[in-house]
Amino acid sequence: MRTKTAILVALLAGLHLVLLLAGFFAPYDPATQNRDLPYAPPTRLHFKDSSGFHLRPFVYAWTSVPGGDQPDSYQEDHGHEYPIRFFVSGPSYKLMSLYETSAHLFGVAEPGKVLLLGTDAYGRDELSRVLFGGQISVAAGIAATFIALLAGSILGTVAGYYGRWIDESLMGVTELFLSLPWLYFLLGVRAFLPLHLSTLRTFFLLTGVIGLIGWARPARLVRGVVLSSRNRNYVLAARGFGGSDFYLLRRHILPEAFGLLLTQASLLVPRYIAAEVTLSFFGLGVNEPVPSWGNMLSTLQQYSVLVSYGWLLTPACALVVTSVIYSALADVFHSRLKSYST
Amino acid sequence: MKLIARLTLHVCLVTGACFAAAPVPEAANPGEEIERMADVSGHYGGHLTIGQRSEPKTLNPVTATDAVSREVIGRLMGDLIEINRSTQQTEPALAKSWKISPDGRTFTLQLRKGIRFSDGHPFDADDVVFSFNVYMDEAVDSPQRDLLIIDGKPILVTKLDQYTVRFALPRPYAAAERLFDGLAMLPKHLLDKPYREGHFAQAWSLNVQASEIAGLGPFRLKQYVPGQRVVVERNPYYWKVDQKNQRLPYLDELVFLFVGTEDAQVMRFEAGETDIISRLSSENYNLLSREKSRVGSQLADIGPSLEYNFLVFNLNDLSGKKLDEVAGKQAWFRDLKFRQAISAAVDRDSIVRLVYGARGAAMWGNVGPGNKLWINQTIPHPQRSVETARQLLKSAGYSWNAAGQLLDGARRPVEFSIITSSSNSQRMKMATLLQDDLAHLGMQVHVVPLEFRAMIDRIFQSFDYDAAIMALGGGDADPNPEMNVWAFSGTSHLWHMGETKPATDWERELDQLMQQQMVTLDYAKRKQLYDRAQQLIAENLPFIFLGTPNILAGANARVGNFHPAVLDPYTLWNADELYVRGPGLENAGVR
Repeated sequence: MRTKTAILVALLAGLHLVLLLAGFFAPYDPATQNRDLPYAPPTRLHFKDSSGFHLRPFVYAWTSVPGGDQPDSYQEDHGHEYPIRFFVSGPSYKLMSLYETSAHLFGVAEPGKVLLLGTDAYGRDELSRVLFGGQISVAAGIAATFIALLAGSILGTVAGYYGRWIDESLMGVTELFLSLPWLYFLLGVRAFLPLHLSTLRTFFLLTGVIGLIGWARPARLVRGVVLSSRNRNYVLAARGFGGSDFYLLRRHILPEAFGLLLTQASLLVPRYIAAEVTLSFFGLGVNEPVPSWGNMLSTLQQYSVLVSYGWLLTPACALVVTSVIYSALADVFHSRLKSYST
Repeated sequence: MKLIARLTLHVCLVTGACFAAAPVPEAANPGEEIERMADVSGHYGGHLTIGQRSEPKTLNPVTATDAVSREVIGRLMGDLIEINRSTQQTEPALAKSWKISPDGRTFTLQLRKGIRFSDGHPFDADDVVFSFNVYMDEAVDSPQRDLLIIDGKPILVTKLDQYTVRFALPRPYAAAERLFDGLAMLPKHLLDKPYREGHFAQAWSLNVQASEIAGLGPFRLKQYVPGQRVVVERNPYYWKVDQKNQRLPYLDELVFLFVGTEDAQVMRFEAGETDIISRLSSENYNLLSREKSRVGSQLADIGPSLEYNFLVFNLNDLSGKKLDEVAGKQAWFRDLKFRQAISAAVDRDSIVRLVYGARGAAMWGNVGPGNKLWINQTIPHPQRSVETARQLLKSAGYSWNAAGQLLDGARRPVEFSIITSSSNSQRMKMATLLQDDLAHLGMQVHVVPLEFRAMIDRIFQSFDYDAAIMALGGGDADPNPEMNVWAFSGTSHLWHMGETKPATDWERELDQLMQQQMVTLDYAKRKQLYDRAQQLIAENLPFIFLGTPNILAGANARVGNFHPAVLDPYTLWNADELYVRGPGLENAGVR
């Protein structure tokens, strides 16, 4: 149990670290177009050439097939080898939007290109876009979860602790929110907003809206916990000794809800990442050329793209992997919570 | 398994029943003036299926406005003079010949004698006069009415004898014979009653009985299944024969299947459920060409279309509107050098390669290489040059700050948004490429995809936009349909709508040229005028032209005489000549 948790937490931490340092792990700038390489398939790593085996992998450049009927048919140009180099200097970026640097984990000498996940319609490196896009999508999920849990636990605590009409009216509101068809609601909300917003404002709007819609479920859960522990003997005893409301909540009641919130968080994060992806997929989220998993996937709405360029499904795979890790973690938290309470 | 066998049997029975019911072509009547197509051959029998985006809205040729309805109606109806889709020239149809008076104002049309509607009723001058009365009747509100009202006056249509009709125009009108294309001749014997009773617009809805609708096209209505298909069958009285004097059309039936989006149409075509597909995007064309041998299809790339895609800046008069932000940017947009700089920075080659998959052409003027009769070949095609663009901006008083941002004379950063239709992936791609091109000039451009109607509303009504990517053209090769774009009072004068007088000298000259070419009858003189108009447009850049896609179409390999054209309807214009080839059908004849 403990090792499983450790592995999952490590995986999750690793995933977030990679996304946080996307600029370092990504070989290219996510918005730079290579107009000679639209829909280029993933670059193959080679170890063997005519002179034998090399320990250091190398790549060949893609060139269009001359006279090819298809504009997106490429072949490897075996005339020149580009060995992969590590810790190279490449296009400059701001690490964690603070520190300007041009250090990259790997790369090849220009004019070679290492495109491990191929390119999109504009010849932009898919790997770099998945990493930078993940930054936005995952951060949106986490921020929205934080907002939802914060709002949910405050309102849930108030409702559960003070009871009576406060409880009833707040729980009425949660019912209203729970019954909202949230996707359509979000589509509607986005339609009211101004046309072009900067990426940062779009991001805050998205997370704000998703988070504020999602507070209802955690609020109900927290309320339940608060309600059941409010009248426990140790709480009553502490009250008898003159503990204030705030003291009682902080010291005796809310710690009960902590495990629950953790489980909720690991359930909500993947859900809200998916919400961001859905909105961007419909063109309501982050706009070109800034990548997010959702707007990257939106090109797959075209049938020809979907069936021809499999590598463009990577953002979907990344979303699945992230969700699976989070859900597994939620599972672990949940069973731990149960073993504590029994 | 049993179920499948039963279903198959069922399908066979049903299709068998269809063929058994196909009408036999009538033998030629003595005195019937039939058109003989000397270079057309094929054989009878079979049916073809065409996928459509949606259900047609009506079968009434006078009130139909949408392309889907027109695609079906066009097969049922005949017109007096036709534009041959492959030569782009007019040719006789129901009128076997016509004479134009020297002043260009009177057209005398000689109708074919002895030909009949698809219900067997004879066709004569009364039907023609009736049809034009209906088209020009304000109460019917036909979309074609505008074409027939010249200078506010209708065309006078007079019956001279049973087979001669005279059309008197209020003033000379260049290429007036092209107006007749697409104006369906209506059967007076069927439509006179609803017309006189004032409910013409409701006549010939989709629920019409097959016996109540008749036309002079190669096919006639057989069946409409709501939500699924429209089936049309051979018109046994059609007025064309092939080289062996066999009456056309060859096909027993044409089935219009309501399929949905272009992608859905492609999937149906791949599965062999539909036989003909037109208006393919290059991506889908390339997809189909990769699977050509598996699917067994013939694909055609007919070269550049007549459509032009362009970037337009909002130069509307915004006084009285609360659009200060847009109005503040108009100083840039009005500056010719600014527009020239943008035109110089646009990488049109990349648009052709990345947006059209190399199946398209770059454009520098409003007439593209697809329009061989009218293109002005002297319009320069400058190479993309960021350097030239920067020089132009510099000479117009722009500068750059340390971060590379472009600043105008008042040191404001140049930043604007481009709106485009979110449902058109090709124009979305153009916008993204343009965004990157203009970033090289230090301009910050936002791409804003909008739902089509919302975009149209902003461009035509509210003027709340900076710039837009759109497309126009594609109807006819003639300059006249372009009048509404280039005449200052035109309804599609997009960059500056609703002008009461030309805002600039070149707009005045352009307007005069367009008005003049409309009343000039001689092709060479008209061409001269239109050449100058094209030159003015290319020099003053009210639109920054980007490119045009090729017309791409495909058909199942068993479709014979498949000759798609650059003009709409791209694939079905010669539906009367299409036939089904393949084993078993050669000698099948009419079953």
